[in-house]
Amino acid sequence: HLATSLPLPSERDHLRPRIDLIVFLIDIKSKYSLKNTEVSVHHVDASFFLGKVCFLVTGVGRVNYCNVDMNAIWKMGEVFCSPVLFCELELEGVQVTTAQRLLQMLQICAGYVPGVSSLSFGSLMRRPADD
Amino acid sequence: MDETVAEYIRRIILKIPRDEIKTMLKKWGFLSEIQLQTVNFCQVKENISRDVAQLCEENSADIKQAAVLDIIYNQTHPNKRVWSVYQMNKAGEEMEFFDLRYFKNKFKRRLQSALKNVTINFKEHEDNAIWIRIAWGTPYKKPNQYKTSYVVYHSQTPYVFISASVFKSNLPLLCQALIAASNYHDISEMELRSHSLNSLKDIVFKRYSQNFQTYYPRPLQERPVAQESADLRIIQENRNEKERIERLNWEAFGDGPLPKIEFAQYKLETMFKSNPKLDVLDKEPFRCLVKFSSPHLLESLKSLAPAGMADAPLSTLLTCIPQKARNYFRIRERTALLPGSFVSP
Repeated sequence: HLATSLPLPSERDHLRPRIDLIVFLIDIKSKYSLKNTEVSVHHVDASFFLGKVCFLVTGVGRVNYCNVDMNAIWKMGEVFCSPVLFCELELEGVQVTTAQRLLQMLQICAGYVPGVSSLSFGSLMRRPADD
Repeated sequence: MDETVAEYIRRIILKIPRDEIKTMLKKWGFLSEIQLQTVNFCQVKENISRDVAQLCEENSADIKQAAVLDIIYNQTHPNKRVWSVYQMNKAGEEMEFFDLRYFKNKFKRRLQSALKNVTINFKEHEDNAIWIRIAWGTPYKKPNQYKTSYVVYHSQTPYVFISASVFKSNLPLLCQALIAASNYHDISEMELRSHSLNSLKDIVFKRYSQNFQTYYPRPLQERPVAQESADLRIIQENRNEKERIERLNWEAFGDGPLPKIEFAQYKLETMFKSNPKLDVLDKEPFRCLVKFSSPHLLESLKSLAPAGMADAPLSTLLTCIPQKARNYFRIRERTALLPGSFVSP
């Protein structure tokens, strides 16, 4: 399901399946993108932050056009205990790899990988510096 | 024969893209077929230009013929210049029969009586346009052929498109000659400027696809929703919002290609509204200039809302550009008498 912001429109509540993973896309070229994410993340129920939320920063190939404060993104990852991933969607190879990573995370969050829960995986993803 | 003319012709050839040189020379018609065949058009432009200049010298070209070549070049590449639009007004209502020869004579006489050193050339173009090329001089100097002004006049309309050159001081004289020759009362500059002459014509002659407010917006099911149904596993949560934005955009900009303008400029003279604790600048209007520029401004404005960079509907100050036929605005403070902000010429 793709959405431009949260909360999701309520008209489709009855049609929506269970949500296993929420990925927030932040485009480093757009301040508006970060702001939108900061506002939307507050609409997420607390139980999702046990490993079912991740922040994906896109556009990192064009560092010259970086318009957002990277510290703000790191901070957000820390505050919400969620991993921050980076990718460049304009490169097809990176696109495919990122999709595979997200799929793998989704499999874990949906419970398809026996022995690994989303919470344990999330704690594996934390940077050592955070502790 | 004047060496300056040959040099001038040579410089014009250098400006023309290599694959167009032959067709343009043919259109010019000054050199014969046999002469054209002796030129090798596959060599470097430097050499082509020198060969052609040599041939022109043999044919004793004068400035009049060189001017025709210059006009042809500008007619093919009008986008190299910046064009402004002027509108002429008539006192009475009668449409007099337009006589081209009368127009040319009157125009020439008027200009030349005021300024002796000036070169004037006329050429008709397709779509009923008259192109006038003017090279300006001073009472003491010969006309400078490299700094020319161009005027495009559609005789059936009150609009004139002028690409003035560096000599802006000659503009009033040019305008006077135009109204005298075309039997109009006065002429005023519209706040509309662009590189693309055809787009200016589209805006002013209302040839772009305009949009009229409808009570029943066009049913969106007609639109090809190819992207949505491509992968049924992808579900757009905000589809209603997306459709709303598209509909508003369609109402504001219409469907077809938009005229090409490069900037919009807004001069603001409004009061600075801020935190009342900041005791700054609240007595006088705050002057500032906002300029939007883009290779194709209207298309980029049209794509702002769908790209998520602006809220739909866009401000009417931006969307009114083709309808109002202007891209330079001055916005003053709204007074107690007028509702809304006052947009004035």
